[in-house]
Amino acid sequence: MRLFHNASYKFIEARRKAYVVSGIVLGAGIVFMTLNVVNIGSWQNYGVDFTGGSLIQIQVYENLTAGDLRDALSGSNEITRFGEENEFVVRAPVAEDGSIGAVADEVEAQLAAAFGQDAFEVVRTEQVGAKVGGELQLKALYAILFSFLLTLIYLAIRFELRFGLAAVIATLHDILITLGFLAAFQVEIALPTVAAILTILGYSLNDTIVVFDRIRENMHKKGARKRNPVDLVNESINETLPRTVLTSGTTLAVLTALLILGGAVIFDFTVVLILGVIIGTYSSIFVASPALIEIQNRWGMGKAGEKKRPQPATV
Amino acid sequence: MLGWQLYSKGLKLGLDLQGGMHLVLEVDDPEGTMTVEAKADMIDRVDRIIRTRIDEFGVEEPLIQKVGGERLIVELAGIDDQDRAKEIVQRNAFLEFKLVLPVTDMTAALSRIDRSVVAALGIDSIRALGADVVASEQPEIVDLLFGGGDTTVTGEQVDTAEVVEEVPEEEDPLDNFQPFSSKLNMGDIPGTYLIALEDIPTVELFLAMDEVQRALPRDQALQWGMELVGRGARTYRYLWVLEEDPFLTGDRLETATAGRDPQFNQSQVQFELSRAGGRTFGQFTGQHIGDNLAIVLDGEVQSAPVIRDRIGARGQIDMGSGTPLEEASDLALVLRAGALPAKINIIEERTVGPSLGQDSVDAGRIAGMLGIALVVLVMMGYYRVAGMLAVGALGVYVVLVLGGLAVLGAVLTVPGIAGLILSIGMAVDANVLIFERIREELAVGRATRTAVEEGFDNAFSAIMDANMTTLITALILFQFGTGPVRGFAVTLSIGIVASFFSAIFVTRSFFLLYLQGKKASDPISV
Repeated sequence: MRLFHNASYKFIEARRKAYVVSGIVLGAGIVFMTLNVVNIGSWQNYGVDFTGGSLIQIQVYENLTAGDLRDALSGSNEITRFGEENEFVVRAPVAEDGSIGAVADEVEAQLAAAFGQDAFEVVRTEQVGAKVGGELQLKALYAILFSFLLTLIYLAIRFELRFGLAAVIATLHDILITLGFLAAFQVEIALPTVAAILTILGYSLNDTIVVFDRIRENMHKKGARKRNPVDLVNESINETLPRTVLTSGTTLAVLTALLILGGAVIFDFTVVLILGVIIGTYSSIFVASPALIEIQNRWGMGKAGEKKRPQPATV
Repeated sequence: MLGWQLYSKGLKLGLDLQGGMHLVLEVDDPEGTMTVEAKADMIDRVDRIIRTRIDEFGVEEPLIQKVGGERLIVELAGIDDQDRAKEIVQRNAFLEFKLVLPVTDMTAALSRIDRSVVAALGIDSIRALGADVVASEQPEIVDLLFGGGDTTVTGEQVDTAEVVEEVPEEEDPLDNFQPFSSKLNMGDIPGTYLIALEDIPTVELFLAMDEVQRALPRDQALQWGMELVGRGARTYRYLWVLEEDPFLTGDRLETATAGRDPQFNQSQVQFELSRAGGRTFGQFTGQHIGDNLAIVLDGEVQSAPVIRDRIGARGQIDMGSGTPLEEASDLALVLRAGALPAKINIIEERTVGPSLGQDSVDAGRIAGMLGIALVVLVMMGYYRVAGMLAVGALGVYVVLVLGGLAVLGAVLTVPGIAGLILSIGMAVDANVLIFERIREELAVGRATRTAVEEGFDNAFSAIMDANMTTLITALILFQFGTGPVRGFAVTLSIGIVASFFSAIFVTRSFFLLYLQGKKASDPISV
């Protein structure tokens, strides 16, 4: 069995359509993020890890609804169903005096007063000071910027600068689309979500590099300099297509297993990863490789000796 | 499955998988006036204090870790009483200086203490604590007592090994019952007893009783030593006989620093007391030259140097020649810990119930097994024999990863498992890259062996660059991440290294074995 053997799709020729698709998705993401700023006051639905505050996960043993819990609790709490039928999450802002720990105790006491000690169980609490949350946002941003920088340097050394730039453009594209998606569904941004976003960054790069590796190889073949770059890139994408499809497919299958069976704690995490794999595969073909062509057309960036007069790519 | 066994038994699970409590502590500095050094010193002291209290948490292997010089993470796996844990962490440390007393009075009072224990608890509950609470040299007495027969005591003298004690011959059989004194062995340092490791909980229980405290000689106290000591094949803990009231407390201490005496090449601790503290100290040490002075932190004796001379506001403790400087630093830290100038705040608190942790483990296990099964199916279905070789290489990969995690002492968390799954994906990807290349080479008509060699060579650069960039991302995550993200970064990093090794070396070796004896024109299954 061989999938996509000797394929010869004209990916680069279709790049304008891909730009439109990406543009629409990115635009929608920005719209959702803006809507979030209006509705919930921040770009994303940041969890307690980022904003500070308390999260108390409760398992109820009696037939209690979110409304019942809401009635039993005082203060500005937000109550949502979490995963299974009988589990709820209570979120509360940072206490006014900035102290930690009292909120969860208070919630537990109020619930015990209303329903009795045996009606529920606190299975998880997360209480984070406001300061810690703020630092975390900064750290996440640093992490992403640093990995961009180091990747750029690495690729500039191993490939050429334009490959690095194209890879960063593609990765940025992936992260922005993911953020747009997270904003649209108001997925809670917690520490594992950040890990997932950074994993996407890694995965997308992985995919892009496999294609770039083939472009680099084909560029160094005899007679490559006389060839139209568009054909060369197209050929490279098609040559790596079997691998792209097989790897992405397998990864998606594993992640889907994780999504269905992995439980509520890592559900969001897995959703982000699945999304990332799809976007990453798409972007390595329709964003990273065209970006390479565009960069070459516009600035003619290549190795100094190799390309004195860049050949304009024509479609 | 072997891998799963290895990892559930050999690897430590994170709090999200086994349940527990995660606390992050920070020095309270609302005005931001403290220097970086002052904060780091505070955290060092708090770290030392909490380590002293480790036993109080009642959990195995609490994790206490300094983060960046101003924060301290305390992780308590499987803790029940969270409020108590927080109280233990935040309680002010209490440093006292107490005089060490000879054991004479205490030893004389032991029979009284035994009686008070028996009177307070009753024979049955003492017996429930363990059969050996009764002087073991006298089995016949035990029989008499609990056989319901004659209660007359045989005339044998009770001899509790090291503790010389006269048991008065009275009619009351309870006198022969030595729940407390039977646990005590004479210490090898004046003013101490040694308690065997297994007896410590029982003795702790007795010492916590009001009746026992009342039965102690006037103005004397029994307090635990900090460390466990080995004597012969057994492990003991010191129980010190001290004057009940401290003659000085830690708030009188100004500074304490560790240093090295160049003349005698021994490490020492220099300390300075406040003016009033120096007066008290001078007066006291002047009267007790030659006695031992116990330094007690949070009720535990940390050290008990001999008083050589009258000491005023400035003094030094010699650690003895050949003692490493770390011991002096530690003692200096103990002294400083007793006087914390600022408050410690809990800035982050997470708890996971044990049931939730178990749910996550179960879910992760099922999802992981299904995921692996899917990968195996795809690889063997698509690449046949080569796929089987790849699956074999993946097996080696799993062992490598688990071994790596165990060696690094990494803790496995939910995001950590996700990191592993991702690195499995990369390991599979590397094999796919290689096999596709081999297929391409075969398609252009190369001989089998050449095609395999070329396939590996051509795939190498892609595998290497892809792994390197992901590794860069993982390392950055490790640098900037905290808690769960770090766990993810660790498993991902180890996974990438292992996947690189397994794809490049292990799959290749398997392939060479597979090719052995094949001719250049023989077909291969890839």
